[in-house]
Amino acid sequence: MNDVISLDTLREQITADIENASDEKALDAVRVAALGKKGSVSGQLKSLGKMSPEERQTAGPAINGLKNDMAALIEAKSATLKKAALEARLTSEKVDVTLPLQAGPMQRGSIHPVSQTLDEITAIFSDMGFAIAEGPDIESDYYNFTALNFPEGHPAREMHDTFFMKAKPVAEGEESNGNKMVLRTHTSPVQIRTMENQEPPIRVVIPGRTYRCDSDQTHTPMFHQLEGLVIDKSSHIGQLRWVLEEFLKAYFEVDNVKTRFRPSFFPFTEPSMEVDVQCDRSGNEVKIGEGNDWLEILGCGMVHPNVIRNCGLDPDIYQGFAWGMGIDRIAMLKYGMPDLRDFFDADKRWMEHYGFRPLDLPTLFGGLSS
Amino acid sequence: MKFTIDWLKDHLDTKASNDEIIETLTMIGLEVEEVEDQANVLNDFTVCEVISAEKHPNADKLRVCLVNTGSGEPVKVVCGAPNARTGLKGVFAAVGTYVPGVDFTLTKGNIRGEESNGMLCSERELMLSDEHDGIIDLPEDAPVGTKYVDYAGIDDVVVDIAITPNRGDATGVYGIARDLAAAGIGELKDGAVKSVPATLAGPGDVSVDFRFGEDEPQACKMFAGRLFKGVKNGPSPEWLQKRLIAVGLRPINALADITNYISYDRGRPLHAYDADKISGQFHARNAKSGEEIVALDGKTYQLDETMCILADDNGPLCIGGIMGGEESGCTAETTNIFMECAWWEPLLIAQTGRKTGIVSDARYRLERHADPEFVNPGLELATKMILEICGGEVHEPVVTGEVRSPEKIIDFPLAEITRLTGLKVPFAEAKAILSRLGFWVAGSGDTVKVNVPSFRPDIEGKADIVEEVMRIVGVDKVPVDPLPRLSGVAPKMLTTIQNRRRLARRTLAARGFHEAVTWSFISEKEATLFGGGVDELKLENPIASDLTDMRPSLLPGLLAAVGRNANRGFADVSLFEVGQVFKNDNIDGQLNYATGVRSGTAKFAQVGRDWQGKANKVDVFDVKADALAALDALGMDVNNVQVVAEPADWAHPGRAGRLQLGPKMILGWFGELHPALITELDLQGPIVAFELNLDAIPAPRKKASKAKGALEISDLQPVRRDFAFLVDGAVEANKFVKAANSADKKLIQSTMIFDVFEGEHIGEGKKSVAIEVTLQPRQKTLTDEDIEAVSKKIIAAVEKATGAALRG
Repeated sequence: MNDVISLDTLREQITADIENASDEKALDAVRVAALGKKGSVSGQLKSLGKMSPEERQTAGPAINGLKNDMAALIEAKSATLKKAALEARLTSEKVDVTLPLQAGPMQRGSIHPVSQTLDEITAIFSDMGFAIAEGPDIESDYYNFTALNFPEGHPAREMHDTFFMKAKPVAEGEESNGNKMVLRTHTSPVQIRTMENQEPPIRVVIPGRTYRCDSDQTHTPMFHQLEGLVIDKSSHIGQLRWVLEEFLKAYFEVDNVKTRFRPSFFPFTEPSMEVDVQCDRSGNEVKIGEGNDWLEILGCGMVHPNVIRNCGLDPDIYQGFAWGMGIDRIAMLKYGMPDLRDFFDADKRWMEHYGFRPLDLPTLFGGLSS
Repeated sequence: MKFTIDWLKDHLDTKASNDEIIETLTMIGLEVEEVEDQANVLNDFTVCEVISAEKHPNADKLRVCLVNTGSGEPVKVVCGAPNARTGLKGVFAAVGTYVPGVDFTLTKGNIRGEESNGMLCSERELMLSDEHDGIIDLPEDAPVGTKYVDYAGIDDVVVDIAITPNRGDATGVYGIARDLAAAGIGELKDGAVKSVPATLAGPGDVSVDFRFGEDEPQACKMFAGRLFKGVKNGPSPEWLQKRLIAVGLRPINALADITNYISYDRGRPLHAYDADKISGQFHARNAKSGEEIVALDGKTYQLDETMCILADDNGPLCIGGIMGGEESGCTAETTNIFMECAWWEPLLIAQTGRKTGIVSDARYRLERHADPEFVNPGLELATKMILEICGGEVHEPVVTGEVRSPEKIIDFPLAEITRLTGLKVPFAEAKAILSRLGFWVAGSGDTVKVNVPSFRPDIEGKADIVEEVMRIVGVDKVPVDPLPRLSGVAPKMLTTIQNRRRLARRTLAARGFHEAVTWSFISEKEATLFGGGVDELKLENPIASDLTDMRPSLLPGLLAAVGRNANRGFADVSLFEVGQVFKNDNIDGQLNYATGVRSGTAKFAQVGRDWQGKANKVDVFDVKADALAALDALGMDVNNVQVVAEPADWAHPGRAGRLQLGPKMILGWFGELHPALITELDLQGPIVAFELNLDAIPAPRKKASKAKGALEISDLQPVRRDFAFLVDGAVEANKFVKAANSADKKLIQSTMIFDVFEGEHIGEGKKSVAIEVTLQPRQKTLTDEDIEAVSKKIIAAVEKATGAALRG
């Protein structure tokens, strides 16, 4: 009976030791002391070998039972201790998640409104099947004026406030034609270059920098224009109206925009028109597509027969229309910049306020603007 | 061009409302810029009487007036006008009234201790004239309390329209009336001018010589003149003054007012000379270089051989078609006059106008081509008015030269209207419109003959006639018609270079740069510093002294922007621009560049300091990374891009490099800005920059298939081995990578430099370079022997290429 009692005592002792183990290390010491090679329970198991079969029959299950029970207890205690330790760790590992982080490069960078607007325009005209044509900023008098039906000395030339380039020294034996190169005053010279190089049907838009000797809140000596040109055998003013009205609706992202086509004059179109859009000026900003005011937004017309002829095409066979508008200007109208001069100042604060996100890509499927 | 509705109705019989008239003007191409209803503007001013005017107790020049305004108690007003006196009938503005001539709204005032509750107004304050010597002094019978506009009959509406350069005919009220009548706004009245018989025999003692050399430009083609005797050049009648004031002209004297009136009424400028101030033979010629004239504006103008003048034996009298001379002008004392009505070559008038800078009503009209058929009628109209207003006697006209305006007849297929506009206009309507505009239409088939009137020289062909019909019918009547698609799905829109610019922009913005757009022109100093400054890229007429040269590089503009931002307190900025630079003035001298700058601590990962780290300065490797990232985005395999230590001129010679595909295929540069340049441009370093020539990138090869090559991946794990070498400090790190990679091309996947250092303990002028080589077995796991063998090859290759020694 002594043995049985001592097993019970052993159970009590080990159970208490397990209970009292305060960490994994202490628990492991208890495990070694009880279940290790020289442990108290292992000692009991070894004593089985000296017993008679009868004794063994009763003592065997009792000792093994003790061993298994203690092992289970230890495992349970170990789990409890692990959980407690993790909880303790988690409590001590708290960080202040309100600490601010720097904006990443993608957040810091920006796209200029002129580029963004051009991408928007490109998305729209791409859908209408237009290509983009471009030409040089430094143009000859011929492409900028003469080919576009501006007679020499005509007041219409004067209205352009042209920048002239200094005359190039004339090589010996050569004669100067007297015509200086100019900074193009409009993107229209590219109409000529396009018609000279491409067979109709032609559908192009022509963005680019243009220059006039002028400066105030809405005029800068450099600005951006977008020209459009359609040449084929049948395009007429009714289609011009459609193209421009569809463009204005898409660009300003409104369901409807009333337009007013007024007869006007440009040397390179006939008939010529200026286009006003419906707008509301009652608030601080101009709203397009509402209200009772009109705002002049672009010039357009049927390409002048002389211009078509100057490009080697027969105006009785080929016809078409062209238009021109200010990219900066329509950017200002859509996005509300008050002063054109700021466009070219590269003030960090202005760019952060009026710039666009690097991946804010204007598309028709995703929407022109977010 | 300003006119009043009242004036318009001299020539137009209409019942249309003012709003209809104004709306129609714009829609037929005579764009209304401003409408001013005079009665509205002056609605609050009333007739008043000064009951008493006492000297101000504290000011010698002021008077304290008690004013009867016709309603309520008399009002106390302090007034500084010398003519403010007891019993004066004047014009009163109460507190709260907007006074247009001084552009403010009256408030209750206290002037030197005396209360003032309104204003006694001058003509200038009401914008009736420039008169400001005293307040308005009305006749004694003026009824106190009535509205001044009612009393004075001011009820007119002033319309200001913009005239396009092609419409000389619309620079006169009569021409405007004709356009309106064509558009259905009333009937045009008969504008024919009857000739006025002379009261004195013959032309008198004047004649006009044309003295133009054979090869000289001849601005004056026809000169009609007429001599008047014994006229009285007093003030013009009130109706005439009123009209001139309404359109913004100052009444001067009867003769000046009559010429101004005809100029506005008929678009026909005239000029009156004081005949007694002409000495000897009156003639037209081109000026001689060195001649000068004091014009009517009091300024002296230098003349040259391209300018046509009217002159006598003593020299220039008038800058022909632009402005008269002061000396020969008419004054109140003038009794004998010689009146000029001439036809001038518009382009030469425009040229002289430009050269002298004179903006006059005469130039405005004559450079837009005055009607050659209205030279003689213009003079007759002036004669009629002078005799009526100034009295006197008149001789026969003298006419020198002639203007032959050849009959212009255009064969006009009626289908042209539909062809160019899509608008269908019945023949009868088109014909009626053209007739009302003064054209003469003959024939009735598909093609008619249209005879163009002399006052419409801008009409040259069929398209012009289409415009005439369309603008009168109304552009808003043109049916909107979709432009047919040329293909189902729209084809690619952008060219390669356009796409490169777009991708470069988005990539650089995504790397933390702001996109800047800077002027295409920069200062001569900047241009020269960056390899430009050649003559052919200089502007002849720059708008500012620092915007004179077309930029040879985008850097000067960006660096100036860095400086401006620094001056505003933002020293850490990253800016890029994608745009054109100019190498010469040919079409292929304009190149597309993508250029970026970083200043201060504006690095890719972090700008300035934060709680996680200190503020690191930008360095050359920031911009090397930017440039390579952009090239990668543009589709280049950056492994093929060579980085060589060839600095750009703007760069620090030891901290800069060049990107290339070969010595002749240079893609761009990157580096730290040269310290001397930073000083020269008055900037604060460090600043790093890169430039990429987007035009230099080779076009992508056309591939037969869009499919990518097969992906080869191995199930076997890669093995990494490190090697450290000691090498001469000048040897470029690039060589290590190249040599190691070449040691066993099959097995070696990549080589990375993971450590570089210099220090005393490894020896003066030496450096340690450590590389990690990744081996990728393909067929079987590598044995120790395999690895040992390839390691030996790597060491041998590196040592051979660099002269380095493996560190023990």
